[in-house]
Amino acid sequence: MSLISLDLFYVLGGAYMLATAFFVVLDREHARRWSTALFWGLLGSSFIFGGSLSPTAVGYVVLGIAILAASGRVQRSRERTTGREERMASAERLGNRLFWPALVVPCIAVLGSLFLGRIHWHGVSLVAPANLSITSLCIGAVLALALGFRLTRAPMSAAVHEGSRLLQAVGWALILPQALAALGGLFAKAGVGAVVAGLVERALPTQYASVAVAAYCLGMMVFTMCLGNAFAAFAVITGGIGIPFIVQAHGGNPAIMAAIGMLSGYCGTLMTPMAANFNIVPVMLLELEDKNAVIKAQVPVALVLFAFNVLLMECCVYRF
Amino acid sequence: MIRLVGILVIGAGFALRLNPLLVVLASGIVTGLVSGMSFNAIMEEFGRLYLTNRYMTLPVVLMLPVVGLLERYGLRERAEKLIRLSAAATAGKVILIYTGIRQISIALGISIGGQAGAVRPIIAPLAEGAARACHGVLSKATVVRIRAHAAAAENVGSFFGEDIFIAVGAILLMKGFFEALNMEVSIWAMALWGIPSALAAFAAMSWRTRVLDKQIARDARAAKPDEA
Repeated sequence: MSLISLDLFYVLGGAYMLATAFFVVLDREHARRWSTALFWGLLGSSFIFGGSLSPTAVGYVVLGIAILAASGRVQRSRERTTGREERMASAERLGNRLFWPALVVPCIAVLGSLFLGRIHWHGVSLVAPANLSITSLCIGAVLALALGFRLTRAPMSAAVHEGSRLLQAVGWALILPQALAALGGLFAKAGVGAVVAGLVERALPTQYASVAVAAYCLGMMVFTMCLGNAFAAFAVITGGIGIPFIVQAHGGNPAIMAAIGMLSGYCGTLMTPMAANFNIVPVMLLELEDKNAVIKAQVPVALVLFAFNVLLMECCVYRF
Repeated sequence: MIRLVGILVIGAGFALRLNPLLVVLASGIVTGLVSGMSFNAIMEEFGRLYLTNRYMTLPVVLMLPVVGLLERYGLRERAEKLIRLSAAATAGKVILIYTGIRQISIALGISIGGQAGAVRPIIAPLAEGAARACHGVLSKATVVRIRAHAAAAENVGSFFGEDIFIAVGAILLMKGFFEALNMEVSIWAMALWGIPSALAAFAAMSWRTRVLDKQIARDARAAKPDEA
């Protein structure tokens, strides 16, 4: 039994998506207000009521959300925010206090991860121990908002409007990570890994230990680029290449293989638009016109780090 | 062999610039169907995994009202002013410092920052402010380049810091994966072997940010040839 758990924040996050849907419905100038409102309504409902619905129903809801998003009928509202002069004046008035709420979030997240799990009385814990650090982060965000209201003396509606402006800017990309994680699970269930192992064995001279390492790292990077998710790629490529060839055939160290292999996958994450929450969400958050601007900035780093990871694994995986 | 068709669906869907969310779902549905699952079973699996992974989305959603509110009251303008006061900083240095902070914090298991939490409200405006302080008005291309590098610092810093911490998803996922195969692999060993790449990542970012600063200076010179 616990007072605060992630479920509470699912309701909060969902309610806020529903509020966005509500604003869109009220906006008579919005060209696609009904379909856009339906999109945010379904999304909010999946967060609030997801736990009590059957997974099959949620699956169909997610499919509906994806079809709506792909139809191009989900559009942003016209932005209404303060002008630059007004913001300069309030920046002058509030000064560095403007940073406080933003700094509260990490502080609460740290302190919460360390201590909140220990607070309990009569068998009732304050915060659920599962996912403690994410729960603490959410608590931090809510407290930061409260502090923001105190500082700015803004009306409640201001935060909801401003937040929903940013929420609409992110749009469907918001739930792409969740869909990708689900895809990884489905791939594992369908046995995609075994098929990959057979293919690699036929295509490459895996009797050489160094070829196995190069194939594994490259597989992690390329597969991560295709899936947009290194975790999903890890299950497929480690099952299909890493374990049969590096560990079983050549006696490599599985801890070194896994750690460096995952990081090779991350090099792929840096270079793919499929990793939307890392590479596309910031493009929208930062209002860049070139959808690939972040990826372009990351490619040189990713390639250098990939080469480093392959060399490191070649040197260490069969030695320690 | 036919089971790999899902990967083709992703590649094709993406090449055709279809909506990635729909492409991902289509890939899952195709993979499930060719391996003998019913449509309902696929939807059930998707729904179940979607629900257990809701936590991935939550921090982004809950940070947006805070960021939106602070922006309305001049957060970015204030950050710009701060940098103008400290004339020493360059955009590249701001971004490199953030990379280091991000790596260290996440290696300690702390989630400081985030694209919505820090890059948009703090780091990108700080870096832009630094460049403006050095070079005056910036061209649009320069602004895009600075913001993109700030986002890159977040990604590189968090990816190559998180594998050092044992309670973070990646390490737990690896452990769970090996356990399912009845293999005993130490989480500490996996965390330790993340450190060399973390150091290499910081070195790579310090190279990139130095290049960024040079590019900004070159763009600024090109923008006002009469003063050069």
